[in-house]
Amino acid sequence: MKAFTYEKPASPAEAASAAARMPDAKFIAGGTNLLDLMKLQIETPAHLVDVNGLGLDTIAATQEGGLRIGALVRNTDLAADARVRTDYGVLSRALVSGASGQLRNKATTAGNLLQRTRCPYFYDTAQPCNKRQPGSGCAAIGGVSRQLGVIGTSEACIATYPGDMAVAMRVLDATVETVDAEGAARKIPVAEFHRLPGDTPQIETALKPGELITAVTLPKPVGGTQVYRKVRDRASYAFALVSVAAIVQRDGSARVAFGGMAPRPWRVEAAEAELAKGAKPAAERIFAGAKPTHDNAFKLKLAERTLDAVLTEARG
Amino acid sequence: MKHPGEFALNRRDLVAGASACTALTVMPLTARAEAPIADRAVKTPVSLTINGRRHDLELDTRTSLLDAVREHAHLTGSKKGCDHGQCGACTMIVGGRRINSCLTLAIMHQGDEITTIEGLGKPDALHPMQAAFIKHDGYQCGFCTPGQICSGVAVLDEIKAGIPSHVTADLTAASEVTASEIRERMSGNICRCGAYSNIVDAMTEVAGRRA
Repeated sequence: MKAFTYEKPASPAEAASAAARMPDAKFIAGGTNLLDLMKLQIETPAHLVDVNGLGLDTIAATQEGGLRIGALVRNTDLAADARVRTDYGVLSRALVSGASGQLRNKATTAGNLLQRTRCPYFYDTAQPCNKRQPGSGCAAIGGVSRQLGVIGTSEACIATYPGDMAVAMRVLDATVETVDAEGAARKIPVAEFHRLPGDTPQIETALKPGELITAVTLPKPVGGTQVYRKVRDRASYAFALVSVAAIVQRDGSARVAFGGMAPRPWRVEAAEAELAKGAKPAAERIFAGAKPTHDNAFKLKLAERTLDAVLTEARG
Repeated sequence: MKHPGEFALNRRDLVAGASACTALTVMPLTARAEAPIADRAVKTPVSLTINGRRHDLELDTRTSLLDAVREHAHLTGSKKGCDHGQCGACTMIVGGRRINSCLTLAIMHQGDEITTIEGLGKPDALHPMQAAFIKHDGYQCGFCTPGQICSGVAVLDEIKAGIPSHVTADLTAASEVTASEIRERMSGNICRCGAYSNIVDAMTEVAGRRA
């Protein structure tokens, strides 16, 4: 691990300005993804800004009837919150399907959003990777790609966004709240938070350097039957091959987002009218233009069948 | 005083330092003034409360909580398996919650109440979970056991506190201690000897005794 200096500021504005002051600075919250990558020298910050002294660890009702989740609320606490379990069940389900108990106790709401979009070649420093070393090439294209992306990928990168929480937040239309080094606040719809790789796969989110997530807000509960189904190679503690977050209403209308398929949570609102007709026509629309590899073409069928199972379960 | 492990760390840093020098030359002057010089270790005083006892240490900022406890506080019960949060051998209970001590920095845990396997029980006064692991043969080689036991104790507390899991059928109902709940919640602790079924038995017995 590369050596670094460390500070623990007391306010979000101080934290943002501390991170902006040092070009190689990183925020650290739970640290479960960052330290993993620092040990492999894939992340090499020269300065760590520990945000654990900022508060930001409560869940509060908003005036609009939704919830504001502090950036530092731990995944365990968010999943266990009574309001989340009752009104945003898909979020609770997504959280408990991710990682292990130990990691969920540490991982934060903001940190979970900011976990790197990654693949095994990103971890293997002996291999080229446009995300780790821009311009070096992509070893995953033409490599072992069973787990990797089928849509939204590019010639530069086919990694998938591995998180579960953000897939549920996408279907819930969450908003990410931030503050920058000048103290200016902004709101980013979660739909625009993760970006597609294009020819700059090293840039994964809409955040500017030094910009700090302070909260994630959820709109007023939309009711419906909420399901998160994750299909993976083992029953627990594994990334999704495919996951489906769904909210299905009594009138048959539904919204769905997919994990494990793309470099960001994958939702196509324009295709959701098709869900009333069934999984097949909807999946065809949602994954139109997909570019699977030989290894992961099965994911398209798996996604359709998982969606079918979810719709069947939700519609009873 | 030098301890085993410090030498290994230094050797690795030497290699790391060589590549870091190039990066530093292109950094603006203001940042370079504040940045660690040529990847030299940044030492800082860190005070940890482990099993109720305070340890005042002088640590490299890079020191994980696991390394601080093992190599500096010399409590070697917690084990280093993968050092990447995948195996659970390093599990400790910090502030009442189980965490992977390898994936967190010691400096981030000043003032926290840290419990390791040494703090749960003593050879002549075992924690009920330790006694149950012995009774049910919840281990073979024993390397993962300190992490399994710390995790096991915390899992029963999590179920008691009503924290849901992936296999909890009804999110709005209280969680119960079932074999499938235990298996799901213990998935972050790997046992390559395969003592899993006996670990489930040990935890089930302790849960019953508590109820």
